[in-house]
Amino acid sequence: MKVRVRRVRAIFRKELREFRRRPSIIFAMSAIPVIFLIQPLVVAFGLTASAAGPIGHEHLLLYLLGIPALTPVLIAAYAVVGEREQGTLEPMLTTPVRRNEFVLAKALASLLPSVGVAYLVFAGFVACIALFTNPAVASAVLHWPQILAQVLFTPLIAAWTIWIGMFISAKSNDIRVSQQLGMLASLPAVVVIALVAFNIIPATPSLALCYAAALVLFDVLGWGAVSLAFNRERLVIGTR
Amino acid sequence: MLHAGHTHLLHFHLELGQPTRYDFACELRWLHSEIQALAASIGETESQVVSPDRARLALSTVGLGRRFGDRTAFENVSFDVTVGEVFGFLGPNGAGKTTLVRTLSTLIVPTSGSAIVAGVPLSPEHGEEIRGRIAVMPESPGLYLRLSIRENLECFADLYGVCSAASRVDGVLEAVGLASRARDLCGLLSKGMRQRVAPARALLSEPQLLFLDEPTAGLDPVASRDVHDLIGELRQRGVTIFLTTHRLEEAERLCDRVAILNTTLQTIGRPNELREQLFATTLAIQTLSPLLDRGRVFTGLPSVTGWREDGPQHYVLTVTDPVVAAPATARALVAAGADIISMAEERASLEDVYLKLIDGKREGGHE
Repeated sequence: MKVRVRRVRAIFRKELREFRRRPSIIFAMSAIPVIFLIQPLVVAFGLTASAAGPIGHEHLLLYLLGIPALTPVLIAAYAVVGEREQGTLEPMLTTPVRRNEFVLAKALASLLPSVGVAYLVFAGFVACIALFTNPAVASAVLHWPQILAQVLFTPLIAAWTIWIGMFISAKSNDIRVSQQLGMLASLPAVVVIALVAFNIIPATPSLALCYAAALVLFDVLGWGAVSLAFNRERLVIGTR
Repeated sequence: MLHAGHTHLLHFHLELGQPTRYDFACELRWLHSEIQALAASIGETESQVVSPDRARLALSTVGLGRRFGDRTAFENVSFDVTVGEVFGFLGPNGAGKTTLVRTLSTLIVPTSGSAIVAGVPLSPEHGEEIRGRIAVMPESPGLYLRLSIRENLECFADLYGVCSAASRVDGVLEAVGLASRARDLCGLLSKGMRQRVAPARALLSEPQLLFLDEPTAGLDPVASRDVHDLIGELRQRGVTIFLTTHRLEEAERLCDRVAILNTTLQTIGRPNELREQLFATTLAIQTLSPLLDRGRVFTGLPSVTGWREDGPQHYVLTVTDPVVAAPATARALVAAGADIISMAEERASLEDVYLKLIDGKREGGHE
């Protein structure tokens, strides 16, 4: 797909400026991950050294991969339908920008704060475990391969959630409906992550690579699918 | 390599006292897109002979139409707009004006007919090329309210691939009188001020054709006058403008030609021509006392084709040439011993033309 970097950068920069002027968007994004942290932190703080052994066989850190599956939903689901309701979409559509450029810029602008928030929350969790829990618990919970998996999978999962949210946004006529459907659509990813974290789906390095490759493929396909769903005429006229 | 569009751009910069920087990378991209568009238009029109007159057309439609299921937004719309013309499109609410603008700006695909917009055949595959050559100012300015005026314009300058974007933004801000407010957030501006930012945004790309959709809708008289002044300045600068409105005095004041649309095109022409086509010129006369032998006074006068009474001491003469008829009528009245209080030529307004066409159709539709 042909892309003019300057146009993508223009929309990306515009989005980031809007986020900066309205920090409540980022705070709202951070709320769900922080709630997500409460349960594992309470468990970790309550563990004694003797009880830490069985924890070492679980993938507690991978549970936190649910964060990037949830943080971008609201802004991704707002991306298209929000502009439409504000009345800013039509002037944008009358410029030479292509639909794949528009959706890519919007997705990147949603990805950056989402990944930033997810990494910050994860870093905060790791710091809390390392500094405030029993050293035996810390060594049982913190595994370098899982930290690496978190770093690698966070943007891939966030991107996948963003494409789902933007697809719904491009098809929806109402912001509230779009955000609720986006939230629902992100839940299957959270369930899969939870199954991996609780060892029901095995997490081996080779499988992790397969998951990563699949997510990269889905993300590329997601870009194409959202670009196709982005129909200028339907968005301007407002029919389904 | 400079062409007319570029000399215009340079002129624009010099006129506003802005430093002109020449961006060769941008020039090459522009040249590439021009060649592509030329190739596209040759492909579309290879079987046609393009006359010099057609080459001066900024917009041409033939039998254009758009249906949404059973509902017809507009149909069989054919007209031409020449370069540098201010063309007004009038019609009642729901007549299809906005849908037509959206169609011509490639947001909506027509279901029938064809068009050439800014030299490029209207088709989905040429959408990007057409949108690069035109600018649209929708009824609602659609500004990003959390961004400053400058930030809004910078975003659109990049989307249009404007060369030397910073100096161009400065130039359009000067042109619309917003240079001192460039850092203000759009959300803090009045509606009138926002309505000035929208044309600034539309001018960024030096469009060959500018669509203004109800540019003064909802504005107070002062803000409306500002927008009118701005359109007047654009006209002087040679920008081709396609203006849709249902404010008739606006169309009469600003437009070289007008078309009246009510799903189908009702008429098209210069406001004066439309008046002459649909209404006879009349002379309205008031005398101090009633004329005793009115028939004898008014019958046989040169250029007078008929007359009627319009109240006591008031007479309306239908004339073909008021310059011939008025002196002859005055002489006849004086000869008959009448004291003339007033004699004035009465011309139908564009509103009269509009109402006659639109109401006439409505009445016809009810029959």
